[in-house]
Order: sequence, then structure tokens, then C-alpha cells
Amino acid sequence: MSAEFAPWDEPDAVPLIKVENVTKRFGSFTAIDHIDIDIFPREFFALLGPSGCGKTTLMRMLAGFETPSEGRITIGGDDMAGVAPNKRPVNMMFQSYALFPHLSLWDNIAFGLKREGMEKDKIAARVEEMLKLVQLGKFAKRKPHQISGGQRQRVALARSLAKAPKLLLLDEPLGALDKKLRQETQFELMDIQERTGTTFVIVTHDQEEAMTVASRVAVMDHGKLIQVDTPQKIYEEPNSVYVADFIGDVNLVEGRATAVGEAAEFVWGEGQPSLVGMPGGGVQADRAATFAIRPEKIAISRDEPEARNRVHGKIIDIGYLGNLSTYHVQLPTGAMLTCEVGNRSRVARRDFTWEDEVWLSWTETAGMVLPS
Amino acid sequence: MTRLTPFNIVSLTLGFAFLYIPMLVLVVYSFNSSKLVTVWAGFSTKWYGELFRNEAFLEAAWVTVKVGFFSSTLATILGTMAAYTLVRRARFPGRTLFSGMIYAPLVMPEVITGLSLLLLFIAIGLDRGVLTIVLAHTTFSMCYVSVVVSSRLVTFNQSLEEAALDLGCTPFEAFRAVTLPIILPAVAAGWLLAFTLSLDDLVIASFTAGPSATTLPIKVFSSVRLGVSPEINALSTIIIGLVTIGVVTASLVSKRAISRRAAEERAAET
Ligand SMILES: Nc1ncnc2c1ncn2[C@@H]1O[C@H](COP(=O)(O)OP(=O)(O)OP(=O)(O)O)[C@@H](O)[C@H]1O
Ligand SMILES: [Mg+2]
Repeated sequence: MSAEFAPWDEPDAVPLIKVENVTKRFGSFTAIDHIDIDIFPREFFALLGPSGCGKTTLMRMLAGFETPSEGRITIGGDDMAGVAPNKRPVNMMFQSYALFPHLSLWDNIAFGLKREGMEKDKIAARVEEMLKLVQLGKFAKRKPHQISGGQRQRVALARSLAKAPKLLLLDEPLGALDKKLRQETQFELMDIQERTGTTFVIVTHDQEEAMTVASRVAVMDHGKLIQVDTPQKIYEEPNSVYVADFIGDVNLVEGRATAVGEAAEFVWGEGQPSLVGMPGGGVQADRAATFAIRPEKIAISRDEPEARNRVHGKIIDIGYLGNLSTYHVQLPTGAMLTCEVGNRSRVARRDFTWEDEVWLSWTETAGMVLPS
Repeated sequence: MTRLTPFNIVSLTLGFAFLYIPMLVLVVYSFNSSKLVTVWAGFSTKWYGELFRNEAFLEAAWVTVKVGFFSSTLATILGTMAAYTLVRRARFPGRTLFSGMIYAPLVMPEVITGLSLLLLFIAIGLDRGVLTIVLAHTTFSMCYVSVVVSSRLVTFNQSLEEAALDLGCTPFEAFRAVTLPIILPAVAAGWLLAFTLSLDDLVIASFTAGPSATTLPIKVFSSVRLGVSPEINALSTIIIGLVTIGVVTASLVSKRAISRRAAEERAAET
């Protein structure tokens, strides 16, 4: 993704998909709650959220299998109300794969092309290309029940890519793949996206995946959109405790915001020095607030450091994760902070050990003060 | 597998004796040379010859096969459509009422079905014959087809149809290209069931058959009332033979299909 690709910041960019104030109810249950999203051409848009938050439902509304109870969806400027799934410029890869069990892999992939009335030899060429892409060429004659779960997932991916649609909806496309194949396929997807200019909307449970592939990430909870932003902003500037906690590891400290301006001051715990961080999520002075700080932004030292934010505590637990070590430090108030330190030298230089008294510190811009 | 115990042997023998002794008696007596059904007077195939010279029986057999074929085909088409609509296009007003109504003929006494059809045909002035029997049989066997097909449809992953729509099919194309091939075994089973029911039926056929067309069950039943003749035994033996051939063929065909699939799998691996 090139650095300047940011159509969402350009006022006159025209979105490919406009979701306007859409609500979906199943009986009395609200699966999607007043959602607004603009997705731009050539975006790789990731939907992230816990199970049951409505990701699949949103995709199904884009594909045309569910009708919004309220609101409007337009694709390429056309109102999609009443437009049947087969008339939409959209292909979807289903969470359950939905491969046709009575057809060979070859015929599964050719299915959509045949409906288009493409010439026979063009179909053959396209299918071969797709099979090669997902590395299943030698299984072309097999039926779906004769291949593994991960292979099925790749066939489903190939089938949805075959028609080269303007918009491709992928519902957890890589969940069943092992890590190596998943990374390969992620890069393959990004490559396809770059070559074909297809717009992707992808659902994933895997935040690392969302971070790797997406131009923007939407974090959902209970049918609501909590934050839509670039992966970096989602990570560095979450707008709520929910997002901070959902994406990556974070230390959360309960307290109160005292002054909010360029920076925000935060008080907590009896006798503890105040902390300073970036204000976020519309935090207000003299309200309950939460201080959020990522473990890798905390430095650990034996002597009292100069930094503005510093706390004193005792090491309770040490985790060795190969490339880094984590220290769990208990503060006098009983709160626990986790800090992560990269292991640069191979020789285990045990600077700190259990029960050691240490200082934790971080800069004024490293943490966020968010409304509780 | 454990070995057969004496208890197993006894229960097996009893069970099979119970099932097959009556038929065995019938088959043996069809080769009796005496006209008296209960007195054995030596081996003969003359009743088979008599049977094949009996125009009335042959005519009735032909009518039965025709009725069976047309009514089961019609019932399969209608029953499959009904099942598809009731299972799939699930949200329309009165759906529960309709799905209840389609199964009502299953529990309706045949006499009532037959009588109501008879009254209908008289009311609309339709002459009773092959057509009326076909219509009547379609009516009652359609719901059996519908039960068989819908039990297959409820276990059928609906996202398969959605995938077909997504790839550019109209709903009808999706049905033809995806749904039908997958539920085909159930549809075939429904057809066979309807065909068997039609061959079997005496009550409804006797309400709706006219002087121009009689089915075999009606013919057999009415001639038995005048006394069991060895000709009937011969006819029954032939039917038993045909059914046996049918069952054996069906099991051979399905066995072949299974081994062919295994071969396909092997072929796909190389
Ligand atoms: N047809 C339906 N009828 C009733 N409720 C539904 C229907 N489809 C989805 N729901 C409900 O809507 C909510 C959102 O479902 P959805 O499938 O969109 O979740 P999801 O975010 O895709 O979850 P997952 O990550 O587990 O796939 C769930 O609580 C689900 O039970
Ligand atoms: Mg889902």
C-alpha cells in the first residue's frame, strides 16, 4: 500500500460502497445498529470484531442476501435496494465455503465464468490460472469432499476471484490455513488487489491479519461500528478502551482525567504521581478515565529515570518469548503493568529477576487517556 | 462380529419363515396342475400359459404400469416444487397452514380421498378412465414425494444456492444447476415410492376407475372374490419375480456407483 493512498481523507473522492444509516433486525434482535461506512475503490477494507457482532450480516447485505431493515446501501452510485444478488457487481466468498459438492474443483471454479457465457478456451485458461494461484492444479479433477479443509478454503477463494469482480467480499478467507500458507495467501491477495484494482472487504478474527493487509480497519461490537481508521491509527490512537483492548496487548489503569488540552493529565491511586498522555475518544476533564499504554512502549530500569511518566513497583513474573521478554510488575496500589523488552543479545543477560524493585517509565505521547 | 448363537439362529429362522412362507406357498401352488388351489396334483406351467392368453389381465397390467409411470412422474414434479417452496422460500403468509395441508392426505383415510375425487370427477363431468386414475394417484402420492424431498432439503446447506446466485445464476438456474443435482437421489427415491404406491393402490383406484380402464389390483381383487384361481397364483409369482429382480438390480447399481466413486477418487489422486 503506497503511503499516499488515502481517499478517505480526500473530500471529493467518490466511495464505491456507501452504507448509510443501515440497521438490520432479526425479529426483535438488532444485528446491525445504524452503521455508516464509505468504502473507496481499490481499498482493502477489514472488518474486525468478536464473534456474533454482525460482520457476516453486513457482508450478506452487501452481497444482497439480506435486506436492510432501515437505511440505504449504494454500490458504484446505484441504490442496491431490490437488486438481486446475481445482478450485483459483487462476489462473495462464504464463511462456510459453499463449494458445490457434485462438481469437481475445476467445475466449481468455472461455474461463474460459464454463467457469463465466456468462451470455452478462455474459461479453461482462467480456471488454470486460478488453480495455479491457489496451488491446487493437480487436484483439479477432485470433488470437494476429497480435499482438506484448508484446500477447500483455497478453492472457495479461487472461485470468488475467477470472475474478477469490482468488489470482492471475503468472509474469513484464511481462517483454516496454517500460518505460513496464510501469510503467503495474504501477500497473494494484496498482490491480486494491486494488479486488478479490485476492492476487497475482508472479515477476519485475526487482528494481525487485519493489520497486515488492510488499508483501513473497522472495529465492530454488538452491531455498532466503534472505530474506522488505518491500522496504524487503530493501534496508536484507539478512540475507546474497547478498541485499545481489542487490538493488541494493552495496560489499562483506571483513574480520572484532570486537565485536557494538547495533552491530558491523569490522576490515579493514592499517593501516585499523575500521568500524562494523549487525549482520545473525546475524554473530558474531571471525568472517570482510563489510561492505556502498550507494553512495548514502557521502559524498565533499576534507577529512577528522568521521564515524565514513571512508576515504581516489584517484578512478579517474567515471561520469555524468544524474541522478547515480558515483565509483570506490581505497583504499590496493587495494579499490574506489563512491559515488553526486546531480546537483542542472544546471551540471556538477566538484568532483572523476580522480586526486584524496578522503575517503569514512558514518554508523554506514548499513552492515551480515554473515557471509561 | 460375533458368531451366531443358537438364539440368533432361531430368531432368524422364525423371522424369515414368518415373512416368506406365505409367498413360498403361493409360488409352489402356481405350478400346480390341478384347478383346485389347495390340492397338489403334480408340476405344470399351464396356468402361466392361461394367464398370457387372458386379455383382461394383460390389459389391466398395462393400465397399471401406465398409471404408475405418469402419476409418479407428475407427483414427483409437483411434490418437489411444493417441498422446495415450503422449505426454502420460507417467509410467506400462511406457510404453516400450507405445510400442514400438504401432509393431510398422508393421514386421510383412503376411502375419503377416493370418494371426494369421485365426486369431483362427476361434478366436472370427467369420464372415468386412465386419466382419472392418474390424477387421483398423483394427488395422494404427491405428499409422500414432498415428505421425502423436504427431509433432504432441510439438511441442505442453503449457502450453496446463495453461492450460485452470487456467481450469476437466476433463482431458477441455481435450482437446476445446484439444488436439483444434489437432491436428485431423494427425488428419485420419491419417484420410486410414488410408483410403488400407485402399483399397490386398490381403494382409490376402485373409486376412480371406470369401465374403460381397470388396474391390476382391482382385477385381481374382483376375480379372487369369485374364488382363487391358479392363474392369480401365476400372476403373483411373476410379480414377486419382477420385484426381486428390481431389488437386486437396484442394489447392484448402487454398489457399482460406490465402487465407481472409489475409482474416481483413485484417479483423482494420480
Ligand atoms: N438469519 C438470522 N436470524 C436471526 N438471527 C441472526 C440471523 N443471522 C444472524 N443472526 C444473529 O446476528 C448476530 C450477528 O451474526 P453474524 O453472523 O453477522 O456474526 P459474525 O460477526 O459474522 O460472527 P462470527 O465471527 O462468529 O462469524 C448473531 O448474534 C446472530 O445470532
Ligand atoms: Mg461470520
